[in-house]
Amino acid sequence: MRELVASNQKPDSDRPVDSDEATQYLTFSVADECLAMSIDAVQEIIETPQVTRVPMTPDFIRGVINLRGSVVPVIDLGARLGKGPITPSKRSCVVLVEVQRSGEGSVLGMLVDEVKNILEIPPEDVKPPPEFGSELRTDFIEAMGRLEDVFVIILSIDHVLSIDELATLRRLSEETARSDPDLES
Amino acid sequence: MNLDSSRQVFLGEASELLQSMEDALLALEQDPKAVEPLNEVFRAMHTIKGTGGVFGYSAVVEFTHAVETLMDQVRSGQTPLTKPLIATLLECRDHTARLIDSVAEADPESCPLDAELQVAGDALLARLGHAPPPSPAAERGPGPLSGGNEDEDEKEKFLPVVSDLWMIKLEFKRDAFRNGMDPLSFLRYLCTLGEIVHIATICRFEPPDSQPFDPESCFLTFGIAFRSTADKPTIAGVFEFADQDCDIRILEPDSAHARYLDLLESLPAEEIGFIGDLLVRIGAVTPGELERALEIQASGAGDVPAPEDQSRKRRLGDILVEQGSVKPGTVEQAAKTQESARAKRQEETRFIRVDAQRLGHLIDLVGELVTSSAAIRVMVDRAGIEDMSEVVDSVDYLVSEIRDNALQLRMVPIDECLSRFRRVVRDASQELGKEIELIITGGETELDKKVMEKMTDPLTHLIRNAIDHGIEPPEARQQHGKPATGSIHINAFHDSGHVVVEIADDGAGLDARRIRAKAEERGLVKPEDNLTHEECLRLIFEPGLSTKESATNLSGRGVGMDVVRRNIEALRGSVELESKLGEGTKVTIQLPLTLAIIDGFLVGAGQDQYVIPLTQVVECVEMERAEASARHGEHYINLRGEVLPFIRLAELFEKGDRQGAGKRESLVVTRFGHHRMGLVVDALFGELQTVIKPLGKVFEDLRGVAGATILGTGDIALILDVAELSAIVKQARERPVTHSGNT
Repeated sequence: MRELVASNQKPDSDRPVDSDEATQYLTFSVADECLAMSIDAVQEIIETPQVTRVPMTPDFIRGVINLRGSVVPVIDLGARLGKGPITPSKRSCVVLVEVQRSGEGSVLGMLVDEVKNILEIPPEDVKPPPEFGSELRTDFIEAMGRLEDVFVIILSIDHVLSIDELATLRRLSEETARSDPDLES
Repeated sequence: MNLDSSRQVFLGEASELLQSMEDALLALEQDPKAVEPLNEVFRAMHTIKGTGGVFGYSAVVEFTHAVETLMDQVRSGQTPLTKPLIATLLECRDHTARLIDSVAEADPESCPLDAELQVAGDALLARLGHAPPPSPAAERGPGPLSGGNEDEDEKEKFLPVVSDLWMIKLEFKRDAFRNGMDPLSFLRYLCTLGEIVHIATICRFEPPDSQPFDPESCFLTFGIAFRSTADKPTIAGVFEFADQDCDIRILEPDSAHARYLDLLESLPAEEIGFIGDLLVRIGAVTPGELERALEIQASGAGDVPAPEDQSRKRRLGDILVEQGSVKPGTVEQAAKTQESARAKRQEETRFIRVDAQRLGHLIDLVGELVTSSAAIRVMVDRAGIEDMSEVVDSVDYLVSEIRDNALQLRMVPIDECLSRFRRVVRDASQELGKEIELIITGGETELDKKVMEKMTDPLTHLIRNAIDHGIEPPEARQQHGKPATGSIHINAFHDSGHVVVEIADDGAGLDARRIRAKAEERGLVKPEDNLTHEECLRLIFEPGLSTKESATNLSGRGVGMDVVRRNIEALRGSVELESKLGEGTKVTIQLPLTLAIIDGFLVGAGQDQYVIPLTQVVECVEMERAEASARHGEHYINLRGEVLPFIRLAELFEKGDRQGAGKRESLVVTRFGHHRMGLVVDALFGELQTVIKPLGKVFEDLRGVAGATILGTGDIALILDVAELSAIVKQARERPVTHSGNT
């Protein structure tokens, strides 16, 4: 099941999801940690394409890619979660996610080390996040999913990829860049 | 055509009519004796009333009717056209616009009129009512104006209606339903003018020996006995919209009741004779009827069945002859009206209304085409097929032609946006008791409609500022030896791929020292900073200065100028300011012609490629290492005796990762506004057509990058905003000093 990396293929999200039944989750790894997210927001998964850097942006904004003619920003999930930038490899992938902001959807790419699996986690195995004890910002964690005897963190994509926050953080880093005395020389 | 789309047409038409009404009123304010603007106002109200009625917008109808009546009195010379009256009429125009907005949103029948609107409307009508109500006879009397307006001539001919019933016969054509006509809505509207005493519905459908019954065809004919004090044009106006789909006969009420009721049930052929006689007797036909009669007479063929055709043709011929002998002017006038209507129609067909979305889609597609043809070019070059390159050249040429033409479609003269400022200036100057003349030149300069839409707010802001803070009150002006009437001059023109809009006033000007004092107070500059006059003025674009307090304290502008700048810069435009204390202020705005596709210049810096808008590129020169390195630490070079500041792109974007040493570098000299700046790059790749792709919301606040484009290779290149880049570098160089002063 480790070879699930589907290039240019939509994950099978057409299957009817009954509220009583288990929700499907996409699992992937970032800096050797296994993470999950609800599959509903996932549009497609592609192999890491050529990423064009955008200057004067923070590390977690990897750049932009050409997705069949449109320009899509790519977020480095490793840097975003504070685990350091991802080193592109054969296994690294971009998960394209649709994020809502004030009623309008926009597509963002999320660079991860490896896409693993699509799992069903029954509702009774989805537990509320711990109040502390995780390395991640608490609002990034939507819930914890139990897989047999390990827990995986289910990310709250709306928070991780909040456009408002991404734009603000970008501005902050620009401020620091501007006062960077290195620029002077 | 369904009702919704025809409603859209109505709304579009109404807004155009209201705009022309506003223009006409403003023209009247200058020259109260002008005839054509007066007719324009009348026409606008009349047409809105007519079409509004069809949709059952009774609030609109009632209001416009009152205004129309007043305008009629003005035209006939009974009510003098005074400045206050024009002012009231302008308010009436605004009120009509609001009414239309409000009724268009909601279903007219289910939603009662907003109480506030109703009150406002009543108040306006009361003000109009101050004009003495003329007697009906006088109202219809021949006016001193001879504008050749159809309605006016129409009205001259009709005697006031005293009593009794009108006979109206509506014979809807078969396609009436298909064309979106709802006979009932006309009847309902008719009821607003009076009372339907009797209605006879005749179904013209005959047993299906010829064709089966088609439920979508209309076989209805209505005979209506109608009691109303309205005059004939008003009643005819009810059916104006149905003109194409309905045979309309309206008989003046001056015979016995019973005879009309009989008539209603009688056969069409007889009735035609009747109408003919009546027309002769009364001497009244609407221009529409006359026109139709003329057309039938001229062509000698109608679309009516054969036997009827015969009688009708002869009869109407008779009528016209008789009428001609009785009232020779009427026929002539009808012919004239017909002609002018035709001429107008011909002019209209030169334009086609196109959905802006379709146009946008076309331009998107052209953008894709440009990208694809660039990809082909890359492929052909790579494969080295010589034969192909000629074909590719011609495709390239065609694509760029298509691009230019497609973009041209969305170009509109800037006057569409500027002309509304006449009103803004007029209202605001009256409010403030200032005398201001607005001069607009270069209104024909064309600009992408999307750019224009986004420019309206900033422009309004700038002009309001000029009125509020720029132009002094008349007394103050005279004290300074200036003419009492201030002037605001808006000038638009094209300049190297940009549209330039200048807004100049001859008002008080900006006091650079006070601006600076204010900025120091706010910590935006330090007292020891050395700023030029120009730099001081530019401080008003800083967000910190845009507080209410500073707006009142400063002699100049201050409210939201930072917003103005942001809006303009969001369009990849720039804004500059010149001002002399006591002499006036000039704001110069530079805008790109279009938002979608530009000519770009592709350069390489570090590992990435960037596009510089070609219109901003002046020249490219080889960067002389000796000179650059000698001046390392400084960021300017001597270019043929001139000082040229420059930015090393790779340095700015890669922060210290300078592997460029020893490499050949080029200097791209760019120009924006009055400024020049050099960009040092590693490679020059030449010109290319650049389809601008937005970077999206994540990069909403990113400065220095205007967008992205997809190259023929499929790679992405970022489009640089040269003006912003220079601002970023400038700030970065100044910031540390300013910060240390603050903290």
